[in-house]
Amino acid sequence: MVSQEEIQAAESRAGGIRSGRAPRRAALPPLVRHLLWALLAFAVVVAVSSVVDPFTNVRVATVGYLLLAAAGLTVLTGLTGQVSLGHGAFLFVGAYTVALLVTHVPSLPFWADLLIAAAVSGVAGVLTGAAAARLHGPYLAGATLALAVGLPAITQRFPDFLGGSNGLGFTVNSMPAGLDVPTTRWQAWVVWATVLLGMVVLANITSGRVGREMRAVRDDEVSAALAGIRVGRTKVLAFLVSAVCGGLAGGLQAFLLGTAAPGSFTPALSLTLLAAVVLGGVGSLWGALWGALALVALQAGAEELAHGLSLRTDVANFLPLAIFGVVLIVVVLVLPQGIHGLLRKIPLRRRKDSHVEG
Amino acid sequence: MLKARIIGLSALLLLSACGGAGETDPGGGGAASGVKNETAGITDTSIVIGTHQPLTGPAASGYASISAGSRAVYSYVNDAGGINGRKIDYRVEDDGYNPTKTVEVVKKLVLQDQVFAVVGGLGTPTHSKVLDFLTAEGVPDVLVSSGALAWDDPAARPMTYGFQVDYTRESKILGKYVKKNLAGKKVGVLYQNDDVGRDAQAGLDQFVKDAVVSRQPYDSANTDVLPQLTALKGAGAEVVVCECVPAFTALAVLTSARLGYKPQFVVNSIGADTRTLSGLLSAFSKQAGAEVSPSALLTGMIGAGYLPGVDTDDPWITLFKEIHQRYIPDVPLTNTLVSGMAQAYTFAQAVKLAGRDLTRSKLLEAMSSGSLSGPGMTPFAFSKDSHAGYTGAFVFTVSPDLTPKVVQEPMVTDRGTGPITAAPTARRTPAEVALVG
Repeated sequence: MVSQEEIQAAESRAGGIRSGRAPRRAALPPLVRHLLWALLAFAVVVAVSSVVDPFTNVRVATVGYLLLAAAGLTVLTGLTGQVSLGHGAFLFVGAYTVALLVTHVPSLPFWADLLIAAAVSGVAGVLTGAAAARLHGPYLAGATLALAVGLPAITQRFPDFLGGSNGLGFTVNSMPAGLDVPTTRWQAWVVWATVLLGMVVLANITSGRVGREMRAVRDDEVSAALAGIRVGRTKVLAFLVSAVCGGLAGGLQAFLLGTAAPGSFTPALSLTLLAAVVLGGVGSLWGALWGALALVALQAGAEELAHGLSLRTDVANFLPLAIFGVVLIVVVLVLPQGIHGLLRKIPLRRRKDSHVEG
Repeated sequence: MLKARIIGLSALLLLSACGGAGETDPGGGGAASGVKNETAGITDTSIVIGTHQPLTGPAASGYASISAGSRAVYSYVNDAGGINGRKIDYRVEDDGYNPTKTVEVVKKLVLQDQVFAVVGGLGTPTHSKVLDFLTAEGVPDVLVSSGALAWDDPAARPMTYGFQVDYTRESKILGKYVKKNLAGKKVGVLYQNDDVGRDAQAGLDQFVKDAVVSRQPYDSANTDVLPQLTALKGAGAEVVVCECVPAFTALAVLTSARLGYKPQFVVNSIGADTRTLSGLLSAFSKQAGAEVSPSALLTGMIGAGYLPGVDTDDPWITLFKEIHQRYIPDVPLTNTLVSGMAQAYTFAQAVKLAGRDLTRSKLLEAMSSGSLSGPGMTPFAFSKDSHAGYTGAFVFTVSPDLTPKVVQEPMVTDRGTGPITAAPTARRTPAEVALVG
């Protein structure tokens, strides 16, 4: 999963941190730096969302929640080295938590729903992590895949409560009274505000001690244990962090679409997220951004292409999938470190280490 | 510093969303009740309309041909010059019968393609998830391809109109038929675990509640119905009322044959198209590596219908056969295909009725004017107070050559507990409607 090159890169990055941050940036603590980046990013999102049409705003918001989900998976798989094929299960937990809260506890504001969704999926993450921390490689992948296959099926066990395969439908009222912006623009803002806050937290976690411990566990568990790192705890923590991100992403998806249905949380979703992480660049939070962007852009581009070529529906429907597959194969063959790996090689880069991955 | 920021951000979030997430905005009531963007999707020469259909996924095997039928009728209308000079640009989006995907594609149709109306969106689980959105956006949402009662709610859903006979009405008619003609038999119910099953049982139970020995739900994502059929067999049900989509009618018939269980199947209109069923039976058994005779399995099955059957010489069928021959001769001509054609014809009729200066409001006025009458065997319920579609159904049994034989002429009723009466026999013919030419 993790190439030699990647390990070396990670070591050099870790080394860079150990030997102290570059003096010119030492003036700003990481949290402030990350928050400033987030503010800048949010300004960009607001600007973009104000010029594009309402449906593109839906896509902008989609990039947002996919980014958060992929970033969580990056922490788990890229930084801690635990391959998860079941990340979609946490999105499922988050989406259904929000759906049930909106339906049954209508008086709670949406941000509280999201926090509860994050907490519930965090609990699910800790439980999964505790069970999975002893597993390695394909066994771990298999166990997490079972989660992705099995968990959405509980909707069929409790059809009255969870709506069976129809799922639940609802409308989330989140727009403050008096604010007059198009609904989809507002939704894009809410999604991105949440996502960027999540990214700030992730960037801080991964650039600090915990991040170093995660990388140490990924690279060699025995060495990490000898160095005094509690391997099991670190792994469970990685599951917790990634599950919280997944849960938030699922909650945001539910918010955006006004529905939660098991059909959107198939194993294909988990595999797609992992593919996005690989495509963007394993082991870097920036990679999650490129991966999420690629997912949405390829889907949109392929749809346009299919419409433009007036292909038959059965061909047109699978074109996005086929294109994504081809792009993934090419990227893995040509750029094993993903899109972010390519960007890092461009001489115009700002500096040696990216901000977020630390 | 960190704390201050977190508190600041929380306060910001708090301010930005002070209302409960599940509460409807009391001030926004006016905005949610009316048509918006009156002339969206219209030019002097075209009308853009959209629909969501299961072209892939679990329901595709029965329903993918519906939009093909609709498209053929729109082509026929367009080739004859369109409606008031406007050609109909029909955009079909595949949702795979997955509600999340439905939300995405309907948003795309409304926000990006800016359709004038959503026409014939298919499926109860799917379409129910876009009602709020279409109502809020003020987009006409007409002739929904599903018999759920939810579409008939003029006060809360002024944009939405049904099309086919609703599950309660047709189940009342089927229930009364079973009570009279299969008296004293034990009845089992196999139902789709959503509005289909709920609404249908509300009608059925008015007549056969005491005879029911077992009720078995199925979930449209799980194609194994062996447990349900085993339970129905175990309960000794001699009649199985199947409130199912075509794929699950076929699965139920096949599974009962496997169990050596031969109940009298009674199937509601959405799942009783014999030609579609016959194709599905052959396809499913081929997948399982077996050969079955659809005729042997389907003969004697009781079903309901609300459109003229493709095997009749009804003037509407003559027209639809012509259109089929001309535009889509490769697609098998089934009652399902005819339902797509009937729906498109009805929509074109409403557009014509709305007049030359077409707006969304005028379309809705035309829908509720009571002047629409079309291919169906019973009148529409459309009025200011009702957005329900066809008001009744006929009952048929399947002959050995797989053609339906009408055993009870069309009856009409309401969605409540009202009486079931004979439908008016006079229907307008295509020549009288004179849509084109």
